[in-house]
Amino acid sequence: MLHISELRASVSGKEILKGISLDVEAGEIHAIMGPNGSGKSTLAQVLAGHPGYEITGGSVTYRGKDLFEMEPEERAQAGVFLAFQYPVEIPGVSNAYFLRSAYNEIRKARGEPEKDPIEFLDVVEERLKLVDLDDSMLSRSVNAGFSGGEKKRNEILQLAVLDPMLAILDETDSGLDIDALRTVADGVNKLRRKDNAFLVVTHYQRLLNYIVPDHVHVLVDGRIARSGGKELALQLEERGYDWVTAEQGAGA
Amino acid sequence: MSTAFLEQFTTARPEGPAWLSKVRARAMASFQSAGFPTMRNEDWHFTNPAPIAESTFEAMRAPTGAVTADHLTPFLFGERTWPRLVFINGRYAPSLSRVEALDGIKVMSLAVAFREEPSLLERHLTHHADIDDPAQVFTAINTALMHDGAVIQVQKGVTAAEPIELLFISDSAAEGGASHPRVLVVAEPQSQATIIEQYAAVGGRKYFTNAVTEAVVGDGATLHLFRLQQEARDAFHVGTTVVKQSRDSHFLSFSFATGADLSRINVYAGLHGQGCGATLNGLYMLGGSQHCDHQTRIEHLEPDCYSRELYKGVLDGSSHGVFNGKVYVHPAAQKTDGKQTNNTLLLSERARIDTKPQLEIFADDVKCTHGATVGRIDETALFYMKSRGIPNSEARKLLTYAFAAEVLETIPVDALREGLERLTLQRFTGTTG
Repeated sequence: MLHISELRASVSGKEILKGISLDVEAGEIHAIMGPNGSGKSTLAQVLAGHPGYEITGGSVTYRGKDLFEMEPEERAQAGVFLAFQYPVEIPGVSNAYFLRSAYNEIRKARGEPEKDPIEFLDVVEERLKLVDLDDSMLSRSVNAGFSGGEKKRNEILQLAVLDPMLAILDETDSGLDIDALRTVADGVNKLRRKDNAFLVVTHYQRLLNYIVPDHVHVLVDGRIARSGGKELALQLEERGYDWVTAEQGAGA
Repeated sequence: MSTAFLEQFTTARPEGPAWLSKVRARAMASFQSAGFPTMRNEDWHFTNPAPIAESTFEAMRAPTGAVTADHLTPFLFGERTWPRLVFINGRYAPSLSRVEALDGIKVMSLAVAFREEPSLLERHLTHHADIDDPAQVFTAINTALMHDGAVIQVQKGVTAAEPIELLFISDSAAEGGASHPRVLVVAEPQSQATIIEQYAAVGGRKYFTNAVTEAVVGDGATLHLFRLQQEARDAFHVGTTVVKQSRDSHFLSFSFATGADLSRINVYAGLHGQGCGATLNGLYMLGGSQHCDHQTRIEHLEPDCYSRELYKGVLDGSSHGVFNGKVYVHPAAQKTDGKQTNNTLLLSERARIDTKPQLEIFADDVKCTHGATVGRIDETALFYMKSRGIPNSEARKLLTYAFAAEVLETIPVDALREGLERLTLQRFTGTTG
């Protein structure tokens, strides 16, 4: 589904990603772990098309297409979704209007008929339960005045409504207490299917107790220092990132 | 340059009582001696009135008669039952108006009031709007030449059940003409009223509206005065609203300005009693080469009053917005609580805003803040929306609308708020503007 080859990216002249290669197939969950500043979030944002990064090398194909030839909205319409680490507040735009606009744009792109507000409400009501949010949030402005936990759950609600092929979760666990973490993880697990894939970016192993990855990659200084199965996450939890960093240093 | 208005003054012999003739003469003399202001005048520093000064505006011609009730539909926000006075080319149009006997409320044209309410006019008309300040010559011109307009009196303790609409329309006969509508509102003690004053065109293109509104808000009274400037895109508009508030009164002003090539809107509120509140809000949305200048002045003269001000602007093309907001706190006005904000969103590289919030405080125990921001579309929010599949142009429109909607949300009249929200949304989704 997603083939990343020797990807390099920089921000204001500073190289952050220094040659990343990664393949994600349908039905898989990949975890991207790594210390602060290793480039995890940059990778997530670059895949979604954040304009602040410059692609300086390599390629990414998504379902056979050059991802970098697509605008952020085209990526979303083609099934790429990024759950933001810091969801953006948009005062004056209601969640209901925002969600329905996004939902209908994606349906349009798929050649499906748009849904009117009443029909859409049925879709959303069902997904709200998945993330334990109240429908009163629909009339509130997007993320405005939401608590940290509400913002993260709203990201997962959007994920559930937009039903992407490739979902990238950027530190969705940060700032969540254990109950909220479970709610978010349960939501993701229910959305998991044979034909979609998840890229879970996280600093800590604890999220991976609930969302069990098929593959774990450790990013250090813009490169994948080590890949393995779910047991790699547990090793990191025990031994810390210094273990991989030191090993990478010794190997270089 | 100012001979056209003088000629009209000497030949037309505007009607009214003897006391008013004297005021008119003084006003014309004041204008003759000051002339039109230039940008050297501090109050006109960012707005050059030369396009008005250099035009020769004729006296407004009589309406063509082509404007029908159907033409007015886009400008009527409320229920059909709302009282309304309609003026075409500055003249009262009874057949398009709707004035029924209202308990404790008088709504009439100025020309009728000259006959029926001479003492009310003598007590209030021209007493509040300044004709001597060289920066206020447009008020002087209006005073000298005022011919028709609206007079509203809400009697003591009376609450107007519905908003009163005043609609000033320019039709195709308005071409090259100037009108000087005058509005007087007297809200007696403990009364409550909402007035929607609107300036627009049905067929008119290049004309000049020079309007003055005086309002008196009595002890404990509440007046909401909405002002919608949606003139034709080639028109000129100068509007001055002067409000005198008494003890414990509340005044809300909202200026919605999207029309005219060149417009200047003054809102002056004087808080002359203890415990008053004044809220001055506004939204200006300009495109092309439009120029719109808002000057507001809030004078805190007595203790324990508050004032709130929020003006927002959305500027596209090579348009030019000006916000000049002054808050004076006089020495007696202890415990004044004032907040003033002006936020402008620039949609184009060529659009420009000059913003000048000013506080002058002569009392020592006050709480006053002011601030202004000028920005562009929030790129983070834009990326967020795009990352959800919303196309760039849609996302921009939605963010622009959301910016403007924040101040529209302050409008307490549902039908008007929803109407203006609709107009604003249409403007940014390409069907108009």
